[in-house]
Amino acid sequence: MTTSQLTPGIVPGRLKADDYCTNFADVAPPLDRHEARVAADRCYFCHDAPCVTACPTAIDIPLFIRQIATDTPVAAAKTILAQNILGGMCARVCPTENLCEGSCVRETAEGKPVEIGALQRFATDTLMASGIHPFTRAAATGKSVAVVGAGPSGLACAHRLAMLGHEVKIYDAQPKAGGLNEFGIAAYKAPGDFAAAEVAWLMKIGGISVVTGWRLGRDGSVESLAADHDAVFLGMGLAGVNALGLPGEALAHVTPATDFIHDLRQATDLASLPVGRDVVVIGGGMTAVDAAVQSRLLGAENVTIVYRRSRGEMPASWHEQDHATANGVRIITNAAPVALHGQGALSEVEFAYTQAGAKGLELTEQTFRLKADQCFTAIGQTLSGQPEALKLDGRKIAVTGPGRTSRAGVWAGGDCAAGGDDLTVTAVAEGRDAALDIHASLTGGANG
Amino acid sequence: MADLTTNFIGIKSPNPFWLASAPPTDKEYNVRRAFEAGWGGVVWKTLGSEGPPVVNVNGPRYGAIYGADRRLLGLNNIELITDRPLEVNLREIKSVKRDYKDRALIISLMVPCDEDSWKDILHRIEDTEADGIELNFGCPHGMAERGMGSAVGQVPEYIEMVTRWCKQYSRMPVIVKLTPNITDIRRPAEAAHRGGADAVSLINTINSITSVDLDLFAPEPTIDGKGTHGGYCGPAVKPIALNMVAEIARSPVTRGMPISGIGGVTTWRDAAEFMALGAGNVQVCTAAMTYGFKVVQEMISGLSDYMDRKGFTSTDALVGRAVPNVTDWQYLNLNYVTKAVINQDDCIKCGRCYAACEDTSHQAIAMSEDRIFTVKDEECVACNLCLDVCPVEGCITMRELGKGEVDPRTDRPVGDYANWTTHPNNPSSQAAE
Ligand SMILES: Cc1cc2nc3c(=O)[nH]c(=O)nc-3n(C[C@H](O)[C@H](O)[C@H](O)COP(=O)(O)OP(=O)(O)OC[C@H]3O[C@@H](n4cnc5c(N)ncnc54)[C@H](O)[C@@H]3O)c2cc1C
Ligand SMILES: Cc1cc2nc3c(=O)[nH]c(=O)nc-3n(C[C@H](O)[C@H](O)[C@H](O)COP(=O)(O)O)c2cc1C
Ligand code: SF4
Repeated sequence: MTTSQLTPGIVPGRLKADDYCTNFADVAPPLDRHEARVAADRCYFCHDAPCVTACPTAIDIPLFIRQIATDTPVAAAKTILAQNILGGMCARVCPTENLCEGSCVRETAEGKPVEIGALQRFATDTLMASGIHPFTRAAATGKSVAVVGAGPSGLACAHRLAMLGHEVKIYDAQPKAGGLNEFGIAAYKAPGDFAAAEVAWLMKIGGISVVTGWRLGRDGSVESLAADHDAVFLGMGLAGVNALGLPGEALAHVTPATDFIHDLRQATDLASLPVGRDVVVIGGGMTAVDAAVQSRLLGAENVTIVYRRSRGEMPASWHEQDHATANGVRIITNAAPVALHGQGALSEVEFAYTQAGAKGLELTEQTFRLKADQCFTAIGQTLSGQPEALKLDGRKIAVTGPGRTSRAGVWAGGDCAAGGDDLTVTAVAEGRDAALDIHASLTGGANG
Repeated sequence: MADLTTNFIGIKSPNPFWLASAPPTDKEYNVRRAFEAGWGGVVWKTLGSEGPPVVNVNGPRYGAIYGADRRLLGLNNIELITDRPLEVNLREIKSVKRDYKDRALIISLMVPCDEDSWKDILHRIEDTEADGIELNFGCPHGMAERGMGSAVGQVPEYIEMVTRWCKQYSRMPVIVKLTPNITDIRRPAEAAHRGGADAVSLINTINSITSVDLDLFAPEPTIDGKGTHGGYCGPAVKPIALNMVAEIARSPVTRGMPISGIGGVTTWRDAAEFMALGAGNVQVCTAAMTYGFKVVQEMISGLSDYMDRKGFTSTDALVGRAVPNVTDWQYLNLNYVTKAVINQDDCIKCGRCYAACEDTSHQAIAMSEDRIFTVKDEECVACNLCLDVCPVEGCITMRELGKGEVDPRTDRPVGDYANWTTHPNNPSSQAAE
């Protein structure tokens, strides 16, 4: 039986085989050498450049762009990777419109920033294609460090520690390393199995071993790790999800957006992935946008994002919102879900319009229902398997300085640690900085 | 639309834009199309003596220097004079001139430095109906090794001698094309003047090596692993050419001698600058080689708009207008004080002015936490560097301090005109009072 966009319910294969390739191709195709040279020429080599300040990993952007302009892209890549070992992934997934490019003086001058992300990708792709791993390890220190989580923060931390001569063991609950680079990032941002390739390239530094299928809380504890190693870094992200807490939430086809994306990222054949005809996504962040857009790309006919606050307050950037609407996603704002309806399986989601009240957001009497055979919730992830005995700050692990937790010898960074945006690049910066602090403490350096 | 007609040493052309003697003017096919595109005149690619023509290299003959976005700023060549037979060139010149009587057609010549050779070539070109001749004393490579081109142009006595022969054996107006590969451009110009030249044209190309192949370790363009110095031209040489034109225009010996300005003319503005410094017309090569014949249309419309704006009814009103303002350093007013001013509305906060002034000038720009850049008048010496490196045109300007206004850097009020010749620090100053 053939299915199409109009087939009701949750079915796979709504599109023709070719459409999947087109839809999930590189959303921002790489620059070729000529394009990179032209783009690089636009950089003004600013003094104390605002883009560097805006980059959480503080890559020397004017320098690497000048290196591209002078036809030394491998040197440019080294400049990038020395600060951000996942510079390749960051070049693809960073919301540059809010970071480096958002602060580019040519954004001020002409409303068109230097294409920093694309240039970063050009440089790092060039280096990775050559198979070079440009870093070597310092003399062995004899120290070993446990890293929990093989996401961006854990990988950045592990790489820096390995460079400094320590032995690193990464423990991760999933069967594969990469964290959300592998299981979360939208498929069209890093196609071609880039996440796995980047991890393999990163591991070339040596001195890092990975234990997969190992869950903190089930297979070991912070204390057992601390006993087996000289230091512990926690970079396990936010593995739990917030629940709506509404009637009907248990109906079939109401799922966390992250689960849907996880399945999508791991699917070997996108045509085998079922998706609804009418999809509703609740939330306003990057996860909501990615779930909505990818539902459309899989062939859903109507996809609607519903966010409880205004458009300007959406955590997803304007660029991402535009990306959603350009892909035919409808965005409804100032409306919050009040109930999910259906008989066994979901058929409608009911919303109430909201307004700003004295004590924050209030529901109004005005309600409406959206037809839905599938609903994705994307209202935030939470720390799960919460490590015992570590002080929390809100719902995340409390840290001071470069990721020091309340327990000596244990550091944390990335999404699981308080402070900083939940972004790949922030996770990298925090993992790297924690590694430097761990190194100082293990070698009795000035910061130790 | 202003009247751009020029009369240069009796040679009329509908506009002052001539194509310089070079590949664009090497053959009838090109020259006809150049005239159709609107060029006012051409100087035909240099002709040599009767006999087997010279041969060019068969590998690359150009090298280049680029600015941002691969914009060609400087071009270098190792091409020789025309490599086509003399009779073919002469036939074509005659045919073109017959059809374009209103355009200027000049024949460029280069033959060995003896009287017979010059007499012979002048005789052969007699009945082409060309409007004049230009003596190529400029080519700095190849031909110079054979005792021609710049080898002649570097010896004022030879220039004078050959010019005299040409005036003697030809009825045509004689333009002497000068090489810049000398220390003082006034000497060859004076020699041309003594020889009776009707005009000088300058500059020819500058001796140069544009780049080195870092794998072959050879200059570029590279011919079978070797390279040689070539002639440099294009926008990069304009400042050198402008100065040389001005030196001739203001020298007491050569003042008033007609000049055809050449060197980096790329836009109407460049042309107007050459003319203001005394050039009666301009010649163009690299701009045409970079963008094609069509560029002349922008030059024509631009110059014409400018003249209308200025109320100049003929190019004569423009020619030489800036010459009286070219002076020696010692006569510059040391009591003229300006200060850089940064327009905060236009500033894009790149900080280039700050880096430039702080690291290499006078530490006269303050940078605040939130990247506001302001000039410290008490430090600013008005060097202009900040303005020069600012990417936003017009964002940084120079404000002139009024007479009597106190310069916060020196705490002295701005005084009347006074120059170095009378300055107390000058050991040889002639006391003013
Ligand atoms: C759908 C989605 C799209 C996103 N898109 C972008 C984007 O485009 N750009 C961007 O900058 N950011 C994006 N982000 C955010 C970004 O992915 C995260 O900020 C980043 O991955 C955080 O890195 P991390 O190392 O802290 O955690 P994670 O990447 O979450 O990695 C944590 C690792 O820890 C492991 N783990 C978890 N619990 C345990 C445990 N108990 N025991 C052992 N191992 C455990 C996990 O398996 C995982 O491998 C997105 C996030 C999501 C969910
Ligand atoms: C503002 C300025 C002042 C200079 N003053 C001197 C000088 O006093 N003595 C000197 O030998 N060269 C001087 N130079 C020339 C430079 O040393 C250098 O030879 C020249 O700028 C060419 O090099 P560059 O273009 O690669 O910088 C000066 C250059 C500049 C731009
Ligand atoms: S003019 Fe020169 S001294 Fe004055 S602020 Fe600009 S760079 Fe500094």
